[in-house]
Amino acid sequence: MQAQEARAADPLPPAHARSLYRAMLTARLIDGEAIALQRQGVLPAYVSARGQEAAQAGSAAALDIERDFAFPTYREIAAALTLGVDMVGYLASHRALWHGGLYDPVASRFGAVNAVVGGPVPHAVGWAMGERLAGRTGCALSYFGDGASSEGDVHEAMNLAGVMRAPVVFLCQNNRWALSVPNERQVAGGSIAARAAGYGMPGVAVDGNDVAAVYRATRQALEHARSGGGPSLVEARTYRIEPHSTSDDTSRYRDPDEERQWRERDPVARLRAELGEAGHTDDTLARVEREARESAERVRDGICARPEPDGDDLFRYVYAEPTDELARQWRAWREEAAP
Amino acid sequence: MGSKLTLGRAINTGLRQAMEADPKVLVMGEDVGKLGGVFRVTDGLQKDFGADRVIDTPLAESGIVGTAIGLALRGYRPVCEIQFDGFFFPAANQTFSQLAKIRRRSAGVLSVPVVIRIPYGGGIGAVEHHSESPEAYFTHTAGLRVVTAATPEDAYWAIQQAVASDDPVIFLEPKRRYYEKAEVDTDATLSAAPPLDAARVARPGSDATIVAYGPMVKTALQAAEADTERDIEVIDLRSLAPIDYDTVADSVRRTGRLVVVHEAPLTNGVGGEISARVTEECFYHLEAPVMRVCGFDTPYPQSRLEEYYLPDLDRILDGIDRAFAY
Ligand SMILES: Cc1ncc(C[n+]2csc(CCOP(=O)(O)OP(=O)(O)O)c2C)c(N)n1
Ligand SMILES: [Mg+2]
Repeated sequence: MQAQEARAADPLPPAHARSLYRAMLTARLIDGEAIALQRQGVLPAYVSARGQEAAQAGSAAALDIERDFAFPTYREIAAALTLGVDMVGYLASHRALWHGGLYDPVASRFGAVNAVVGGPVPHAVGWAMGERLAGRTGCALSYFGDGASSEGDVHEAMNLAGVMRAPVVFLCQNNRWALSVPNERQVAGGSIAARAAGYGMPGVAVDGNDVAAVYRATRQALEHARSGGGPSLVEARTYRIEPHSTSDDTSRYRDPDEERQWRERDPVARLRAELGEAGHTDDTLARVEREARESAERVRDGICARPEPDGDDLFRYVYAEPTDELARQWRAWREEAAP
Repeated sequence: MGSKLTLGRAINTGLRQAMEADPKVLVMGEDVGKLGGVFRVTDGLQKDFGADRVIDTPLAESGIVGTAIGLALRGYRPVCEIQFDGFFFPAANQTFSQLAKIRRRSAGVLSVPVVIRIPYGGGIGAVEHHSESPEAYFTHTAGLRVVTAATPEDAYWAIQQAVASDDPVIFLEPKRRYYEKAEVDTDATLSAAPPLDAARVARPGSDATIVAYGPMVKTALQAAEADTERDIEVIDLRSLAPIDYDTVADSVRRTGRLVVVHEAPLTNGVGGEISARVTEECFYHLEAPVMRVCGFDTPYPQSRLEEYYLPDLDRILDGIDRAFAY
């Protein structure tokens, strides 16, 4: 099997394209609010997904939330939004209210935010194996980055999935950078999609800023998995427009010209233009934009208003029930902390 | 001539010295090149020593430590950087099952002088996996030396001694102290520095002893200052494997009371080992049981709660009070 470079995709049906535009734009605006909130000191840190909205919304929209399940890492805000994850709960992770966010991963079909690069990838394979063992038709989708593709966990997961023919889609967002390290120094051979061949699965590289292309490639991979064909790999080639995180400084390692070129290939603006060409009126789009803005503002206000955790939360959820020793430490802490 | 350096800069300067002194010394890890590491500890090294000696590796901790072992077997002295404490774990297999055991496996023929530098500990308001204190995993593994540094001066010498050591060294850097500044005598010679595994009396005292290391030394010193009734001695352990029990026992025999402080969780921590050993060696000198002031047996919390987790001045003073309740 050879990794294929997917051709430019046919446009999506108008209503579908418009709903993706709404999701991408809303994610973009929430992302911007989050950066602003970090600067104001409300969020200790934030990792922006700017520029990756098509890769995320396109792939997430291909999932069937009645039965599929997505395993994110930490930069998947647009995927979360597309799947309907509560965005205030999502941002709770970035406000340091709770590590993994404060949404229900099971109900949302979207795992808890995970900061370990490559760590959640084998989980998606196991979930997919379990779904088959249980005689069900759901598929798992694993989000990971170009940097993550170097981790042993990811290779082990892919081989295991290949051997087990697990119904899983490996969705690599190749945003060209892993913190300060570019693809050239990260990905031997230059293509993550090409690695799929070695694990006995189809691999395809798509323009990650073309939401229709990402949607269709993911859809196809999911159908392949659902019909018993096993795993696939989709490499969505995109770009991390912002610094790695709000504490990063790109001037040390990347050429601002490269950044500028990719800003011109903005996936949200591109979809907006395509919608215009396809005959969506300015009025319709303006309404979508107004709604996206309102929804981003609600999320911003919501995360600011979310109460802080209390000190007792330190001791909660360590075990199903606190052990005697943990309960003892908890009591001692209370006695000391008590006014 | 001395100069004022931050702890981070002191390690940078120490690494630079080590690389100048020995062309076999390499630096490798994620983002250590152009970026100079997320804490800039390797800042400028790639520029000055070249990309062959300061290697930006792919994002693969097991690969980093595993290939460092191979480089060491080929005669090099690699200094690996693990970006954060919580990201050491993918390299656990190479560290515990290979690095620590190769000398013994080869009946002493092979030596793997690898240093693994790890920014560790909490207090910087970071996200999950960026604030952990994993020292006990290392100290529980025979074959690894485990050191940390509480001051720029110590960090400067210790990193050079770690590189010169023929044993693998886990070098734990207290990340919240990276920006603490102090005088470092960069003109002194390495051989004049105190040995890598010697503890240091950071503050002499006669009524009770606090043993601390890494990020907690500063807090322990503050607690000692704050205690106006009692004269507290503070020992900075510096090396966690091996531990300089002579210095600790000598102090406890004089003071009769010991409080051990660390950020890492209480259970099976370094404090438990020190407590057991001091009880064995100083039983008739002890006026009270050895007290421990540690992190709780919980995962390191979200940063909104870290003030509750981290031992602070009050908790240390409370530990001293408990030692005086006997
Ligand atoms: C196992 C592990 N090692 C190191 C890190 C530190 N780190 C966080 S993100 C990152 C780069 C990740 O790059 P990539 O996988 O391409 O994802 P992106 O940040 O581009 O979304 C690194 C090195 C980590 N989080 N986890
Ligand atoms: Mg990346």
